[in-house]
Amino acid sequence: MDRKIRVLVAKPGLDGHDRGAKVVASAFRDAGMEVVYTGLHQTPEMIVEAAIQEDVDVVGLSILSGAHMALFPKILNLLKQEGAEDKLVIGGGIIPEDDMAELKKQGITEIFGPGTTTETIVEFVKKAMASRR
Amino acid sequence: MFDKDKIEEIRKKKEAWKQDFLESCSNYEVTNPSGRNLEPLYVPSDIDAFDYERDLGYPGEYPFTRGVYTTMHRGRLWTMRQFSGYGTARDSNRRYHFLLDRGQTGLSVAFDMPTIMGYDSDHPRSHGEVGMCGVAIDSLHDMEILFDKIPLDKVSTSMTINAPAAMLLAFYICVGEEQGVASEKLRGTIQNDILKEYIAQKSWIYPPEPSMRIITDILAFCADHVPKWNTISISGYHIREAGSTAAQELAFTLADGFAYVEAAIEAGLDVDAFAPRLSFFFNSHLDFFEEIAKYRAARRIWARAMKEKYGAKKKESLLVRFHTQTAGCTLTAQQPENNVVRTAYEAMAAAIGGTQSLHTNSLDETLALPSEKAVQIALRTQQILAHETGVTNTIDPLAGSYYVEHLTNKLEEEAEAYFEKIEDLGGVVKAIDMGFFQKEISDAAYHYQREIEKKTKIVVGVNDYVIPDEEITIDILKIDPTVEEEQSKALKKLRAERDNAAADAALQKLAEAAAGTENLMPRILECSRAYCTLGEMIGSLKEVFGMYKEPIVY
Amino acid sequence: MSTSNDLLKKFEEGNRSALSKIITLVENHESTFPEVLDRLYHKTGRAYRIGITGPPGAGKSTLVSTLVKRARADGKLVGVIAVDPSSPFTGGALLGDRIRMQDIGMDRGVFVRSMATRGSLGGLAEAAGDVADVMDAFGKDMIITETVGVGQCELDIAEACYTTVVVLVPESGDAVQAMKAGLMEIADVLAVNKSDREGAERMARQVRAVMELGGERNGWNPPVVCTIASEGEGIEDLYGHIEKHREFLNRSGGLEKHRRANVEATIRTLVETDLHSRIWTDTSLERLHTLVGDVCKGEKTPRQASRAILKIVEGR
Repeated sequence: MDRKIRVLVAKPGLDGHDRGAKVVASAFRDAGMEVVYTGLHQTPEMIVEAAIQEDVDVVGLSILSGAHMALFPKILNLLKQEGAEDKLVIGGGIIPEDDMAELKKQGITEIFGPGTTTETIVEFVKKAMASRR
Repeated sequence: MFDKDKIEEIRKKKEAWKQDFLESCSNYEVTNPSGRNLEPLYVPSDIDAFDYERDLGYPGEYPFTRGVYTTMHRGRLWTMRQFSGYGTARDSNRRYHFLLDRGQTGLSVAFDMPTIMGYDSDHPRSHGEVGMCGVAIDSLHDMEILFDKIPLDKVSTSMTINAPAAMLLAFYICVGEEQGVASEKLRGTIQNDILKEYIAQKSWIYPPEPSMRIITDILAFCADHVPKWNTISISGYHIREAGSTAAQELAFTLADGFAYVEAAIEAGLDVDAFAPRLSFFFNSHLDFFEEIAKYRAARRIWARAMKEKYGAKKKESLLVRFHTQTAGCTLTAQQPENNVVRTAYEAMAAAIGGTQSLHTNSLDETLALPSEKAVQIALRTQQILAHETGVTNTIDPLAGSYYVEHLTNKLEEEAEAYFEKIEDLGGVVKAIDMGFFQKEISDAAYHYQREIEKKTKIVVGVNDYVIPDEEITIDILKIDPTVEEEQSKALKKLRAERDNAAADAALQKLAEAAAGTENLMPRILECSRAYCTLGEMIGSLKEVFGMYKEPIVY
Repeated sequence: MSTSNDLLKKFEEGNRSALSKIITLVENHESTFPEVLDRLYHKTGRAYRIGITGPPGAGKSTLVSTLVKRARADGKLVGVIAVDPSSPFTGGALLGDRIRMQDIGMDRGVFVRSMATRGSLGGLAEAAGDVADVMDAFGKDMIITETVGVGQCELDIAEACYTTVVVLVPESGDAVQAMKAGLMEIADVLAVNKSDREGAERMARQVRAVMELGGERNGWNPPVVCTIASEGEGIEDLYGHIEKHREFLNRSGGLEKHRRANVEATIRTLVETDLHSRIWTDTSLERLHTLVGDVCKGEKTPRQASRAILKIVEGR
């Protein structure tokens, strides 16, 4: 059986811009993946709980409000606490280069800034999942 | 206006020309980013029913297609109003003085996410977000600092705030009081457009019904006490940013406007009492001519509906007075200097389109909030446009262009089709509940992205003319992360030093008023004067009104 | 089997990450899944299973969310399986039910799992049943499976549950249409949701009339409830009727009958699936290929060809 890739697309914090998250979620679905979109205004706890219950392979975090340095590490920590640090965590939105580097050090595998095509993101996830199996 | 026979001749000649065209170029029609098919040429027969008096008229006269005022930019330039705010009130106050100094003619306040969502800076949900994408305002105390040495009788202020608009307006009125400026003298705008929050910007708090009640309370209060204030900025900007087409932006914005008018009339207000103070906020996107046509169509549609459907008698009730912001979603993170060019084209469309107020984006806004250097360039863009290009010399200069009149007609047609659809669904609020607008918008957004990825739409620097391994060398504004701590400390101090009995009593009275039908504004003003925090007031209302849950539709 | 053993140990300790991973293992038919299911089977049979189905847009997820909250108020541990269709073109799916259940997302007594139909004809019902078994074995008192009632498969899943709730909305056309869709035959309780909308009264009346025509189902008269799930209206009634149905099944022996029927259906399906997978081997496929040619040339009939293949399959 060709195992389906399960993805959680999440909007942490108070940021209400969901255009990108929805476009990326649709792209994942069009690429044959099973996508759970969390909706807006998620706390790190809510995101991690969803990631655990849905046993997703990938957690995608979308944020444009500048609060990524507070929220992303919190999410990574919670995943670790739950023994779920094997999940692939990726991010997107408005995240300056310096912050990208720091977040990648902390465990966000890749961050996709403005202008990234959905194709790039989909291919990245497919490749990453293939190398894990 | 045209001779029937001559028109027929022209129509035939265009057909013949079309065949010539097709011999060298197979692409007769092209599709613009809004999904609109455009021909390479427009001739009189494309606007054969054109009637100057009926369709255009004169600036400042019904149906206002050519402009809302008689003199337009000849009499008074649009207000140069840069949306701005970050960090603490002190930081933003400094930026406001900088901008006023550089020639900005009106203020526009950007609040941070916690303020927008009604949370105080020390609320757990605010963690990491304080001062990040706007200024943190927790109470009247912060507002006093924000407008320090800014005379509210001389400067008009627009506040981009929706669910908590009543509180921010109350804070502003109180600051005016402290400066000795009566509320009757205050000029400005609160965005206060909750319907588009449900549709696009998504910074809602309460469900639609109580939100509409708050809005009608504000309309009634301002009609009596703050008559120079624009009580709603009915917005299309965010709808467009979320990915809609130009026609959708136009239609959904005006539909929201009609919904407010109907709600106010139902609440017993006389249309001419509140309509003159409704204002609008549009996007200025990249398709130059379509945007100009959009603004013209907006003026004509609104004027006709207000007069014929809602029975407005005053001229001021028929006007689409609008603020414009150039399209943030068209800016790129790659080769950011190019954004200066995009913004300039978009600004020109807004000016020619007859805007009353304009914000131009800064080149670095895909990376961070604007730096001083970047926002200065953005301001200069407006000043060069106003003083060097000559576009302000003549009003509605593109009137009579076969293309632009055709586009104006088309946009009006498409908007009317949407109005019918919305009515079939049972009105704006029901349509929001069903996710109608949200689906239209997310479909359009997905389509737009596919066009970019297929390269049928080119974005310079992103999918063509790319510089591989580009290094971004501009300085980006960084928000001091200690803002959160500073605000939390200040809140502690505030709560310790204020008269807590008075504050609690005021909050209690507010909750009681919310459960009843009395106007909330006086109660909110009392709470503000007692230094209740924004979060406390919002919390009080949340208890009574509940919180909104979005209907998820893709 | 060692990772599975670790997992099972954690599962038995009540670790919900383990529950989640075992669900994945079972849904994906990973190599150890038969043994895992066998290991857990003796723990199943406690949970009361409710199926919720209906047309898209009926507000099922919101309804499920409010039912769960009600059940939690009684101290019940609840599992939810939310099934959404996979795209027949891409094989992917947007699983959009969880987002409507945010109210219960952080309650540790509730476990919500979204499942895609994965374009299967059969296989889905089995998978959904297996996942329910896992939640049952974990200790859930109540398991609610939500499906979009547009395919026979989805209806089967709902019917396999002890109590099937069919959710309609005023806009979903009239009651007769719903009957055509096969929804009326499987309903133990009907809910007309979003009943503040125009046409709700009319629909409730129509539905009652149709159900009356159908008469009793094994001694039970399916009640019709009007609800507004987003406001919690009618939920107490709905919950009450589900409880009543459960009591009825207990008293009348219907529960036992239902369970036996389910078990029989499961065994049959397993046997048939297994047999089916044994039919087409390289040998039999090759023979098939040749026989197709023979039949097309008029040298054999399809039935003769079939007998020839069966000879191979049965090893004669």
